[in-house]
Amino acid sequence: MNIFSGYLRQAGTALRFLLLATVVLGLIYPLAIFGIGQAVAPFQANGSIVKDSAGRPAASALIAQVVADEAGTQNPLWFHARPSAAKWDPGASTASNLGPNDPKLLDAVKANRAAIAAAEGVKESDVPADAVTASGSGLDPQISVAYARLQVTRVAKAHGLSPETVQAMVDRRTVTGLEAFLGQPSVNVAELNLDVAAAAPAK
Amino acid sequence: MVFNVASFVTQVAVLLLLLILVHKPLGVYLARVFEGKRSTRVERLFYRVSGVDPDSEQSWSIYLRSVMVFSAVSILVVFLLQRLQGVLPGNNSLPGVDPWTAMNTAISFATNTNWQTYVPESTMGIFVQMCLLAVQNFLSAAVGIVVVVALIRGIVRTRTDRLGNFWVDVARTSFRILLPMAALAAIVMVIGGVVQNFWSTDVVNQATGVTQTIPGGPVASQEAIKILGTNGGGYFNANSAHPFENPNVFISLFQVFLILLIPSALPYAYGRMVGDQRQGYTVVGVMGTLWLSSTALMGWAVASAQGTATAAAGGLGEGFEQRLGAAQSSIFATATTLTSTGAINVAHDSLPPLAGGVAIVNMMLGEVAPGGTGSGLYGLLILAIVSVFIAGLMVGRTPEFLGKKIGPREMKLTAMYILVTPVVVLALAGVTVLLPDAMANAPASGPHQFSEVLYAFTSGANNNGSAFGGITSSGPYLSTMMGLAMLLGRFLPIVLVLALAGSLAKQPKIPASSGTVPTHGWLFGSLLLGVTVIMTALSYFPALSLGPLAEGLLK
Repeated sequence: MNIFSGYLRQAGTALRFLLLATVVLGLIYPLAIFGIGQAVAPFQANGSIVKDSAGRPAASALIAQVVADEAGTQNPLWFHARPSAAKWDPGASTASNLGPNDPKLLDAVKANRAAIAAAEGVKESDVPADAVTASGSGLDPQISVAYARLQVTRVAKAHGLSPETVQAMVDRRTVTGLEAFLGQPSVNVAELNLDVAAAAPAK
Repeated sequence: MVFNVASFVTQVAVLLLLLILVHKPLGVYLARVFEGKRSTRVERLFYRVSGVDPDSEQSWSIYLRSVMVFSAVSILVVFLLQRLQGVLPGNNSLPGVDPWTAMNTAISFATNTNWQTYVPESTMGIFVQMCLLAVQNFLSAAVGIVVVVALIRGIVRTRTDRLGNFWVDVARTSFRILLPMAALAAIVMVIGGVVQNFWSTDVVNQATGVTQTIPGGPVASQEAIKILGTNGGGYFNANSAHPFENPNVFISLFQVFLILLIPSALPYAYGRMVGDQRQGYTVVGVMGTLWLSSTALMGWAVASAQGTATAAAGGLGEGFEQRLGAAQSSIFATATTLTSTGAINVAHDSLPPLAGGVAIVNMMLGEVAPGGTGSGLYGLLILAIVSVFIAGLMVGRTPEFLGKKIGPREMKLTAMYILVTPVVVLALAGVTVLLPDAMANAPASGPHQFSEVLYAFTSGANNNGSAFGGITSSGPYLSTMMGLAMLLGRFLPIVLVLALAGSLAKQPKIPASSGTVPTHGWLFGSLLLGVTVIMTALSYFPALSLGPLAEGLLK
């Protein structure tokens, strides 16, 4: 009986302790960070939303934005992002979680490679690894410099721009310096496509 | 994707330098908090409302009872409120969580595991994430820390049965250590690009016609404690691979730093509390050696880019994030599995076979390099006791540890601690492998399928929480078995550690003699390192051979 009442008393303590801790750690703390975030870095705190030339929210600089049909084929007018196990849905991030020897992954990689080589008119061996593999989040907004370069001719032609103009846009959106050294040189597709849209003659 | 060796080495060097710089001031601060006598006015109010007498200390059994009752109440509350999500505010129009997932998740977060059997985006609303899960991130980390503090008190104190007050220890650890550090980290993360708001944003690309709903949420505040408290449960399904949790390589490196921060400063606090800094340095030296070796091994295994699909892709890429790169992801994958974190910034299932194997071995080491917040240090101190026992056998003396006799009772507790986790992992994985229905949840074939199951139970029983994500663990069988693995893997070791603390505290201190094996210095450090590696190898080698070794060596 004594032991039982000891447990019961401690359970009461635990419940009150948890409730009070929740007020501090589950309400005051996140709200304080929210307040500081909105004051110090509202752009980042709200999802790095970038605007189009008319000032309307057009994309997040951190989330892949892809023009694709139901089957997941990306629109040839625009720069393509990496394949995605999440079908680029910002509300459903996921990786393929297929093993490095998985036959399903092997087939997917081979199919991606053949499709990209055909679409860009290049040799299969010229298609870089990031172009044929799904990212960990399925929302990776960036591609390798090699994959961006591969797409310049097609995108330039589709929009009536010179390849040099489009290549300059790619260069402008390429991560460089320390960030590229620690990570790797990459190009942001979401922002790059906005640049292309802004420069292209209206259709 | 190329593995950039120069970047890899630079990042490891930067981490090492930063950790060396901060471990001393942080360790001193930690020790001061643990040894503090006075409570602040806010804390006193907190104790009064909770019904805690901050001046009364507890015996080991009452301390343990507080740990168990507090964890049980946490599990029950988190379970019930998840079930009620549909009628609670802040549910983002999501219904109550199904009972299996709610049970598994409640256990998972209260045991510092943060195994996620659910897809957060379509299961957990803001209330559940912010007021339940993130709060458990703080409290479960604090529980791990106070258990090692009780053990250290058991070593230091003599002829007493008092080990401190659990409630006071948890409150101080949460509010004086974790909260201010998490707040600073969260602010850095927001500035770096991690989201912190309470709404989603609709965007329309006028040129392409694409519309998207960009999610929001109190991500930075949760991310900070998720990493700092070696928890690992992400706000989003993709965890630290998600651009909103981990927007760039700088934040990613910062996250690795935060993962290692408290566990690598605790040994300094330990050295200070036992009054012999050499003890702390020996422990942290072993941790550091294991961390560096494992990181190097992981880098090598990732750079090998083994695998038929990887070869067909022309290199690494599947499961990696372009902005983070393979070097950063290897370092992250090592740190997250050597601690009880389990956050991921690369899909571990898609790593080359031997790299996945390194991740599994890291967890099997008992997560002691530097380990989870608190649990890493008590894990390594148990191994240190095994080491003095073995050394004692060699010289034919009763083993001692810092002036305390390691008699039959202490040695039985220690031996059981060493056995608990391997037994849980191998028994549950073994049973699961025999059940075809359960194995259907791991869709891979051959050794990789076995690796997925072995990874899951290793992760659960060691309270890590990362996964080979191909496995579907949301059904009744795996939810329950994983729940069991997490409970046993968390609380049996805690029972044993606190019992050990109680039995050490009762003893008088015996002066060191010429026959005492010193528990510091190169010789003992090497012995401890050897014991740690050999224990793991003896327990797990057969299982490892059937999974990652078979896949990595035979192809």
